[in-house]
Amino acid sequence: MTAPAAERPARPGAGSATPEPGRRLPNAASVRGGALTVFTWAVGLLFVSPALWLVLTAFKEENQAATDPPTLFFTPTLERFSAVLESDFAPYLGNSLIATLASTLLVLVLGIPAAYALSVAPVKRTKDVLFFFISTKMLPVVAVVVPIYVAAAHLSVLDNVWTLVVLYTAMNLPIAVWMLRSFFLEVPTAIVEAARVEGAGLPRVLWSVMLPVMAPGIAATALICMIFAWNEFFFAVNLTAAQAATVPVFLTGFVTSEGLFVAQLSAAVVMASLPIVIVGWTAQRQLVRGLSMGAVK
Amino acid sequence: MSAPTAPEREEAAARPARDRRRPSPSARRQGWVRRAPLLPALVFMLVVTQLPFLATIVYSLRSWNLLRPDSQAWVGLANYAAVFTDRQFLAAAANTVLITASCVIVAMLLGVGLALLLDRKFWGRGVVRTLIITPFLILPVATALLWKHIMLEPVFGLINFVLTPFGFADFDWVSQAPVLSVVIALVWQWTPFMALLVLAGLQSQNTDVLEAGQVDGASKWQMFTWITLPHLRRYIELGVLLGSIYVVNTFDTIYMMTQGGPGTASSNLPFYIYQRTFLGFDIGQSAAMGVVVVVGTILVALLALRLIFRTFMDAQEARS
Repeated sequence: MTAPAAERPARPGAGSATPEPGRRLPNAASVRGGALTVFTWAVGLLFVSPALWLVLTAFKEENQAATDPPTLFFTPTLERFSAVLESDFAPYLGNSLIATLASTLLVLVLGIPAAYALSVAPVKRTKDVLFFFISTKMLPVVAVVVPIYVAAAHLSVLDNVWTLVVLYTAMNLPIAVWMLRSFFLEVPTAIVEAARVEGAGLPRVLWSVMLPVMAPGIAATALICMIFAWNEFFFAVNLTAAQAATVPVFLTGFVTSEGLFVAQLSAAVVMASLPIVIVGWTAQRQLVRGLSMGAVK
Repeated sequence: MSAPTAPEREEAAARPARDRRRPSPSARRQGWVRRAPLLPALVFMLVVTQLPFLATIVYSLRSWNLLRPDSQAWVGLANYAAVFTDRQFLAAAANTVLITASCVIVAMLLGVGLALLLDRKFWGRGVVRTLIITPFLILPVATALLWKHIMLEPVFGLINFVLTPFGFADFDWVSQAPVLSVVIALVWQWTPFMALLVLAGLQSQNTDVLEAGQVDGASKWQMFTWITLPHLRRYIELGVLLGSIYVVNTFDTIYMMTQGGPGTASSNLPFYIYQRTFLGFDIGQSAAMGVVVVVGTILVALLALRLIFRTFMDAQEARS
């Protein structure tokens, strides 16, 4: 592992007895650090530039939105946003809110006890059950959509937002169980033991000892489920029509439109995405854990 | 302080699973008490995911077109025979593999790069991280529209404007390079996911080992290949596996950007089966395709699933 000195210019202090390598060292290091910071910012901005351009376009007039070369400077207007609101956006928004919030609530109601049974007081065959949950995420939706469609038609629940609630619950429950389990495993057993010694029963242990400790984890789980439910499209477009259609379906209405419609499309896209983008920003510290179903902290 | 049955229940909860060889009546009851919190979730998942799949298998053995309601009949494996001789199905399968593999690989490479940049303290780090995760949060339908109508649009699109000096002035990405266009949008969407996973891996590195490496005079590159990469391996595996699970099922991006076209050039399996079901109303055929996809997924995933599962269990148990 020895390298010629010339090959390690970034660490001029390495190898010597300097206690804090690279901290108080010559300007070369800090200049390099500054350059790297600028580079990182540039890469970050470049990566997200399509989204920034989208937001910019949403504030344009239609004739400024589609120009060659692109228009960078203009007087911002909110007209596109109000036009989207006038085009019957509210019912879609309402359906999305119901589908997202109700399914997330149902996921928590089913998932918290299940995660408890799989972590704090493991049942027999815990591994098999966990395996079953994760394997349902591997089941392609196309393999189940036909019977679900037929069943929904028979039960007259096509174009019903509660059908989406049930399906989104099934979609998110495995993620939630895995994620909640990882939070339960982190609750110090000493707390639970102490509460038990003092005579607290199981419901009480769950409610007043575990839940307060779990609150941030439960919130994070809920936020992750909300992101997936809000963004779901396959069931929404195939099982709903005029009554129960959600925000992603609203956006499909813009596909057929031709001509100078880009600014309004951008405004619609911004409005459809913004609620969940904010949720995601709020949950970003827990995002990794949710996305990896609790495997990565 | 608590209900009379509670102490009994908590005792059941406290006992580890090792006394499973004594199935006395009371132990059995305690087993059920312990299982009770799990059952609602388990039953719900069985009903909502497994019953429909069983129904899919039954449908796949029937000839059933919704446009001809009186045409129902048992046809045995004829639907399956038709699936395997269906050129479009095979092309869609090939596209699925191509799209998934290229998206996951490119997103992972970019994700590692971004994670390395983010893995140091610098001014505005939180802001840059927030910016970078944003594409993952935007509605996938919206992402598809953004790329199709704003970035890759032939005349007014930003990409062609930037690439004009390279002769791309009027290149119609979505119709001339449909698969590439879909992959571009998917990579943009999935790179943040990979970056976050790898960043979590980088930040869980043992700093003692890194400092020891520095003291031993290892170069940055040596430290990366000998210490960091082996440590990241588990995180990269997890990202590739999870990314594949999600990207294989991509439907919205293709629906919005290309509708599987031109022709069937950019159709993947979810989109093709959707077309056969909801535009062709051919229930028997689509069900057979669904079953074939599941069997294929299981074959490919059996190893991967065990691997993920072990990784997951290790990760969770290590922390408990």
